[in-house]
Amino acid sequence: MKRWLIAAVVFLLGRTKRKPRAPEPQRMVAAGAANPRAERWFIGLLLASAFCAAGFIAAYALDGIPHQTQYLGLGLGLSFVCLAAACTVAAKGLVVTEELEEEYSIEHVSEQDTVVQIVEESGSRFTRKKLVTGAAVTAGGALGAALVVPAVSFGPILETGKFYDTPWRRGRRLVDDGGRPWPAQEIEEKDFYTAYPEGADREQLGAAVVVVRLRPQELQLPAGRDGWAPSGILAYSKVCTHAGCAISLYRTPLFPPVEPKPALVCPCHYSTFDPARGAEVIYGPAGRPLPQLPLYVDAEGNLRAGGNFSGPVGPSWWGVRMGKPT
Amino acid sequence: MIKGAVRFVDQRSGTAPFIRKTLRYVFPDHWSFLLGEVALYSFVVLVGTGVYLTFFFEPSVHQVIYQGPYEPLRGVRMSEAYRSVIHMSFEVKSGLLMRQTHHWAADVFVAAIVLHMLRIFFTGAFRKPRDVTYYIGLAMLALALLEGYLGYSLIDDLLSGMGLAIGYSVALSIPFIGAEIAQLVWGAPFPGIPQFWSRMYIGHVLLLPLAIAALLGLHLFLVAARHHTQFRRKRESERTVVGVPTFPGQTPRSLGLFFSVAGVLFLLGGLVQINPVWLWGPYHVDHATNAAQPDWYLGWLIGALRLLPSFDVTIGDYTLIPNPFWGGLLFPLIVFAILFAWPALERRFKRDYAFHNLLDRPRDAPIRTAFGAALFSWVFVIFLAGASDRVFVLLGLSYEWQITVYRVLVFVGPVVAFFATKRVCEELQKGELVEQQRKRAEAPA
Repeated sequence: MKRWLIAAVVFLLGRTKRKPRAPEPQRMVAAGAANPRAERWFIGLLLASAFCAAGFIAAYALDGIPHQTQYLGLGLGLSFVCLAAACTVAAKGLVVTEELEEEYSIEHVSEQDTVVQIVEESGSRFTRKKLVTGAAVTAGGALGAALVVPAVSFGPILETGKFYDTPWRRGRRLVDDGGRPWPAQEIEEKDFYTAYPEGADREQLGAAVVVVRLRPQELQLPAGRDGWAPSGILAYSKVCTHAGCAISLYRTPLFPPVEPKPALVCPCHYSTFDPARGAEVIYGPAGRPLPQLPLYVDAEGNLRAGGNFSGPVGPSWWGVRMGKPT
Repeated sequence: MIKGAVRFVDQRSGTAPFIRKTLRYVFPDHWSFLLGEVALYSFVVLVGTGVYLTFFFEPSVHQVIYQGPYEPLRGVRMSEAYRSVIHMSFEVKSGLLMRQTHHWAADVFVAAIVLHMLRIFFTGAFRKPRDVTYYIGLAMLALALLEGYLGYSLIDDLLSGMGLAIGYSVALSIPFIGAEIAQLVWGAPFPGIPQFWSRMYIGHVLLLPLAIAALLGLHLFLVAARHHTQFRRKRESERTVVGVPTFPGQTPRSLGLFFSVAGVLFLLGGLVQINPVWLWGPYHVDHATNAAQPDWYLGWLIGALRLLPSFDVTIGDYTLIPNPFWGGLLFPLIVFAILFAWPALERRFKRDYAFHNLLDRPRDAPIRTAFGAALFSWVFVIFLAGASDRVFVLLGLSYEWQITVYRVLVFVGPVVAFFATKRVCEELQKGELVEQQRKRAEAPA
C-alpha cells in the first residue's frame, strides 16, 4: 500500500514537470557575427599567395630570363606577404578576439619545502658530508679538466717565437705581384707600391711591404737607419701595427706648402704613419710605428732587403719585444 | 575529424590538458611585445636559408684559380670558399636569393634583438621573476653578434679577411693570454692554419646555432612559465594577466607576423643587393679597402677601435696591452657587464625584491630611464663614430674633425642624456599629476 502511495505521488508530481531539455553546452569561444566581406578578402588573399608562389616556381623553371633573382624574390616574398595580409584580415574580421583574464602563477611554497625535504632526507646515510662534497668536487674538477685538455691541440701554446718570423733576410730581392724584381728607378714619388720577398709565402703577415719614394732631404729617419733608404726609397711592413689590416692608402699632397705631408694610412681604423720619420704614428689608434725594412740597390739596379725589419710585424700582444727581430 | 585527431593525440601522449591550457594561454596586447617575435621569426628564416647555403658552400681555403662565368674575376687566385660563394651567387638558381635573404635576415635578427632588449630595459620587464629570461636574452644577443661575424668571415672575400685580421688582433691584445688564445683559435699566427676554416664553419653552422636554439627554447619556456608582462590599463593588475588567447585570437596575428617577416626578408633578398662579395675580390693578407663596410651591428666596435688615441701600454721595450684591447674587447665587455648587472643593481638600490608583472612606463622610473638613455647614447655615439669615414665620403666632413667631436661627445653625451631624460620623465609625471588634480577638481562641478 505504502509503495503504491509513493508511486502515485511520484507519478502526479512528475507528470506536471516536462522532461528537461538538454542544456545548450556553454560556449568556450565567444560567438561572433559572420563577415562575408572579410571572408572574401581572406580567400582572395590566399589565392593571391598561391599565385605568387606559382610565379616563383615559373621564374625558377624559366632558364636564362633576365633579373631572375629579382623575380624569385618577388614571387616568394609576395607570396608570404599575401599570406600575412590574409592572416591580418582573419585576425581583424574573422577570428573571435576575446579578452581573457588569467592569474599570474606565484611561487609554490609547500612544494618547495617538499623538494627540500626530499633532498635533505635522501642524504641521511652520508655521515661525513664535507668530505663527500670535497671528493665529488675533486672528481668533477679533475674530469672536467681532463675533458678540456684536448683543446690544447688546437694550436701551439706558450710559444710566441713564430709571431716574430718574417721571410726577409739580407740580400732577398723585392718582387712585384708577378714575381718580377723591382728596379729602384721604377719607384716614383707620389705613388706607392707593394713588394713581396722573392720566393717566399706571401700569405703571412711578415711578407708584404709598401714601397714609397720621398726626396732624400725630407727624410728624418730614427737613429741607426743610415743607408736604409737608397735615394729616398723606403720600405715598411704593409700590415698595420694596430689591427692587422693592410696599409692600402697613401696620402700625398697636391700642393705641398699648405697640405699635409705624405702619409701611409690604414683603411680599417685610419691609423696614419709618416714615412719620412720611420713611419711613426701621426694619427689614429696604432700604438707603434710600422716596422721598416732596410733596402739597398744591387748591381743590376734592383731593390734588395738589407736585413730584417726594424721591429716585430703586425699587431702586438702581451710581452712583445720591440726592436729588431733576429 | 577534429575530434578524431584530438583523441588520437591525447590517447597516445596524454597531452589534452596541456593543449587545452596552451590554446587558452593569454597574450597581453601591445605592439612593442612583437619585437622579440620578429627576432624569433628571423631566426627561423636564418636556419632555413642557411641550411640551403650549406649545400653549396665549401669551407676550404685551398687556393684555386677562378674559371667561372664572372668575367672580372676570371684567372684570379682565390680560396675554394670564396669561389663556392661566387658560384652559388651566379650559377645556382635561387642561390643569390637565399644568400641575400640569409644576410638580410641576420641584420634584421640582431636589430630586432636590440630593439627588444631596449623595450625590456626601459619598461622594467627584466625585474623579478623575469631576470633570468633577460640574462638569457643578453647571452643570445652576444652569441648572435659572434654568429653574424663568423657568417660573413667564412666567405673569405676581402671584407671577411679584414674582419678576421681585426678579430685576430683583438684576440692577440688580451692581457697575459692573448697570444695563446689567438694561436689556439687560429692554430698559428695569422692567417692561421687551413683547419681554422673548419673551426669557423662548424661554429657557424652547428655550435652557435645550437646554442642560440637551446637558449631560445629556455627563453620561451621561461616567458610562458611566468606569463607575459603587461602595461597597467583597466583590469590589468600584478595578479591577473589580461589578453587574447593563443587560439583563436592570437594565432592569425602571430602567423601574420611570421609571414610578414619572411615576406619582407625574401623581398629584400630578391630586390635589394647586400654584401656583393664579387666586387671586393678575394682576401690576401696584403689587401684592404675602405669601400667594403661590415654589417651594422659591428659598427659600435669599429667606432670604439677608431676613437681610441694612439697608445699601447708599454714597459721599456715590451708592449703589455696593445691598443685594440680597449675598443675591441673591454668596451663591449663593459657594456654587456652593465646590462647583466643592472637587474641586481636596481634590486639592491631600490630594495625592491617583489614580483613585478606590471610594466613601468619609462617616465615612471626616471633614474632607470635616464641611466638607460645615458648608456645607450654612449654606445650610439661610438656606433656613429664607426660611420665617420662614410660620412666623410658622402658629405665631405673632415674625418679628423668628426673624430674630435665624437671624442668629446663620448664623455659629454651620456651626461647630457642622463639629466635631460631624467628631467623629461619628471616633467611628464608632474604634468600627469596636474591633469589628475584638475580632473578631480572639475568632477564635482
